[in-house]
Amino acid sequence: MEILQTYNSIIPFYAIIVSIIAVPLIIISGKFPNLREFWTIFAALVKFGLVLSLLPGSIEGKAAIYSLLEIAPGIELALKADQFGVFFALIASGLWIFTTFYSIGYVRGNDERKQTRYFASFAVCLSATIGIAFSANLLTFIVFYEILTIATYPLVIHKENKEAISAGRKYLLYTLSAGVILIAAAGLTYTYAGTLNFNPGGIFKSIKLSQGSATVLFLLFLAGVGVKAGIMPLHSWLPAAMAAPTPVSALLHAVAVVKSGVFGVVRVVGFIFGPEMMYNYGLNNILLAFAGVTIIAASLLALKQDNLKRRLAYSTVGHLSYIVLGVALLSPSGFSGGIFHIATHATMKITLFFCAGAIYVNLHKENISELNGIGKVMPWTMAAFTIGSMGLAGIPPINGFISKWFLGAGALQADMSTALIILVLSGLLNAGYFFPIIHRAFFREGKNLEGYGEASPLMVVPIVIMAFLSLLFGLFPDLFFNFFSTAVNVSSSVMGGFLR
Amino acid sequence: MIERNLPAIIPLIFLASALLIPILGLWKKRISFPLAIFATLFSASLSVYGFIYVIINGTVRYNFGGWIPPIGIEYVYDPLSSFVVLVINFVTLVVLTHSYIPVTIDLEVKQTAYYSVVMLLLLGFNGMIITGDLFNLYVFIEISSLAGYALIAVGEKKAPFAAFRYLIIGTIGASFYLLGIGYLYFMSGTLNMSELAAILPMIKESPTILVALILIVVALGVKMAIFPMHGWLPDSYTYAPTSTSSLIAPIGTKVGAYAMMRLLFFVFGAEYFSKELPVGDLIAIFACGGIIFGSVMAIAQKELKRMLAYSSIAQIGYIGLGIGLANPFGFIGAVLHLLNHSFMKATLFFIAGNLRNKTGNSDITLFDDSYRKKYPWTMASFTIAALSMIGLPPLAGFFSKWYLVLGTIENSKWLYLAVILISSLLNAIYFFRIIEKVYMKSPTQSKDSGTNNFEIKRDEVSASMLIPTMILAAGLIVIGLLNVVIVNQIYKMMPVGM
Repeated sequence: MEILQTYNSIIPFYAIIVSIIAVPLIIISGKFPNLREFWTIFAALVKFGLVLSLLPGSIEGKAAIYSLLEIAPGIELALKADQFGVFFALIASGLWIFTTFYSIGYVRGNDERKQTRYFASFAVCLSATIGIAFSANLLTFIVFYEILTIATYPLVIHKENKEAISAGRKYLLYTLSAGVILIAAAGLTYTYAGTLNFNPGGIFKSIKLSQGSATVLFLLFLAGVGVKAGIMPLHSWLPAAMAAPTPVSALLHAVAVVKSGVFGVVRVVGFIFGPEMMYNYGLNNILLAFAGVTIIAASLLALKQDNLKRRLAYSTVGHLSYIVLGVALLSPSGFSGGIFHIATHATMKITLFFCAGAIYVNLHKENISELNGIGKVMPWTMAAFTIGSMGLAGIPPINGFISKWFLGAGALQADMSTALIILVLSGLLNAGYFFPIIHRAFFREGKNLEGYGEASPLMVVPIVIMAFLSLLFGLFPDLFFNFFSTAVNVSSSVMGGFLR
Repeated sequence: MIERNLPAIIPLIFLASALLIPILGLWKKRISFPLAIFATLFSASLSVYGFIYVIINGTVRYNFGGWIPPIGIEYVYDPLSSFVVLVINFVTLVVLTHSYIPVTIDLEVKQTAYYSVVMLLLLGFNGMIITGDLFNLYVFIEISSLAGYALIAVGEKKAPFAAFRYLIIGTIGASFYLLGIGYLYFMSGTLNMSELAAILPMIKESPTILVALILIVVALGVKMAIFPMHGWLPDSYTYAPTSTSSLIAPIGTKVGAYAMMRLLFFVFGAEYFSKELPVGDLIAIFACGGIIFGSVMAIAQKELKRMLAYSSIAQIGYIGLGIGLANPFGFIGAVLHLLNHSFMKATLFFIAGNLRNKTGNSDITLFDDSYRKKYPWTMASFTIAALSMIGLPPLAGFFSKWYLVLGTIENSKWLYLAVILISSLLNAIYFFRIIEKVYMKSPTQSKDSGTNNFEIKRDEVSASMLIPTMILAAGLIVIGLLNVVIVNQIYKMMPVGM
């Protein structure tokens, strides 16, 4: 296996801190909305630029490292922008730019209160997400993971009504419990392995860990990162958190927060346990079982939701487990397909959430049963919705097809026909819960829709761009930022040398 | 020369000012506050200097009156005692600054006496920490306790009763201690801690020593308010005046915890009390009981100070757990939590004081989001302290928990590990309950205030109360980020052979 080269660079730190610096500026300019939003946009662009500047190095297999300070004896608060980290950071920071424009359209169109708190919390969330992406070790990961938990809370309870407050409580109950379990898992790992540094292929290589201890440790990890990754039965905070404003659901509850959980799963499987240990102790089967059940159950639950955002939330739960499934297959294609799905699901699901938000702002409709005929009123929005849902169902040439193809290939490589059946079944279920919406929108007659048109361009333009990106990624997976080859490279760095 | 005499100077400063304040107070009542501040500032600066000196040059021993132990009394300024002295005096300095306004309002006529007794309390605390003599420790326990009873009794209507209860329980505890050291003296012929530590291994088989150990642990457990010997604490903290509760809550129980650490680790030895005898396990089990009991009771409280009092019982349990684990990580966790909790609890009691200063009460049921508008900085400090109490990184509270977690894993004590983790969640429940109210509950329930909702103006407490609050809240972030610097010093505080 090739050894990862590293070089010192402060850029990862800047990439994290830039949106934290924006927070006081956002708060100070709270009385001047345009200036306030300027800071967010500025921070988003700078952040994306900084992350992008790390890309060339990471493609060559060189990771930027930066150590802030020693946070516990022998453990540093250290950053390492390896390929996987840059991959995730690019997705999160890139989509933040679009979400910001969309947010401006949404909160103004909806006349939301406490907009300053909203934009400030959003900026903190993005800092934490990039921090998670660039964490060089588990303790650094936990620090940012907990910051993300707390920073998302004000966004979940944003509406401050009963529903939002109870969603906030549920959210905290789940995520804080997961946090303490993760701390216990980190403590155990540190005691067993003497290090917490993420290492491709695992850190337990030279250490004999008994089957029992390894299983317990793995289950603790699974509970710790599984809550944010929406693995059943730890998922139920996510549909509840749909009480948040839609841009929050779009970026945080379809990309940043939940993908941080999935990112954690990949780190745990690939960089702490390593494929050999996962396989030898049968831990991958535990993960496979959870992921398989989640995919099917979430899709079935999505079918019976009438609230559009809740349906999307259950769909997210299902698709997050695609990634977990891909990782659990422990086969090169499966692993890279899973990682690639982090990117593809992000563009598709954010499109769908953006559409849901545009419908809500424009028509104040949240339920699918009320959506008859809106395709004629909001053609662009609903066209984008169609592309996104086709992609999630895995229809070529949308990008969702590619990740699903590789996941399927991975299932065959691993000789797991069950996984393949689950994927096919879930594709059908996806079609089953998305296509009726499209049918209603375009082929049924709506009532009382006269005088309504598309939402503001601030919202529609990001929607169309996102849908277009999904299509483009499907046609040319490597067009931007070598996303697909990155996924393959990460997979081979982790799986390198592993043979069943 | 000053460093050779440091161990004696710091208690003497407080003794002198305790005598000076009433005398000068006859002439001018207002002089008592500056005098008290000056004395604390002086000893706080000395303890900074002393701590650095001891870390660099090693332990300083001082023989009172030049008498060599075991005849004379020895004061020992080693890394651990100098660290705790530093923490106590620094926190006291901040607390006294904060208490200027509450004392003038609550205790107008009694302030001379009040500050004089505060100085006696600090004499007792500093003496307890520095002394190297078991009987002398008893004397200082009594001094600090008597001063504590007085400071609590000047509070609300129910305060004298709470103080009386504390007095009864405290006195019984102190008698146990006296009995315990009596046994030790009969067996060993010395009361000097380091000599006793040398003699004990030869006589440790004797059941008398075991009885002495148990008596001493129980006695110091009362001082420390470790569950189930916490009975005196909730009422005392709730009904004491704001200034007293923010003084005693952060540091009072910590000194008890320090005394227990001193005797168990440095006199009896970790090997003896935790490996040869199950005393360490017993302490840890009671500590865990306290953690759960305190947290659950805190959830049930409707009054902020009372909630904080129960939370103190839980937090002291963390220190007890660290002691009971008797391994290096447990020791680090206990010492670090001693520092962290004194900062966190002081901040939180300050906030209760700030609210009482402005609204006359600190009833949680009355909190709503006008509080955030009126007292934005107080509430921001509350949020930081609360998140630290819950144990979220990178705030201070996380790290003491982290070391305790490592300590429980090292001893394979899974039950204790579960208790630490569950208590984080219980903490989250009782703190987020308040955060939720302060940031979200609109004050529309009461009809008269609902209409002028938009006219709520900022009404923050005065700087002498606000700045101390914010200094300690900021300290929680700094301690969190720099905990390695502190932990590296804690390694030097460990007893030899740990």
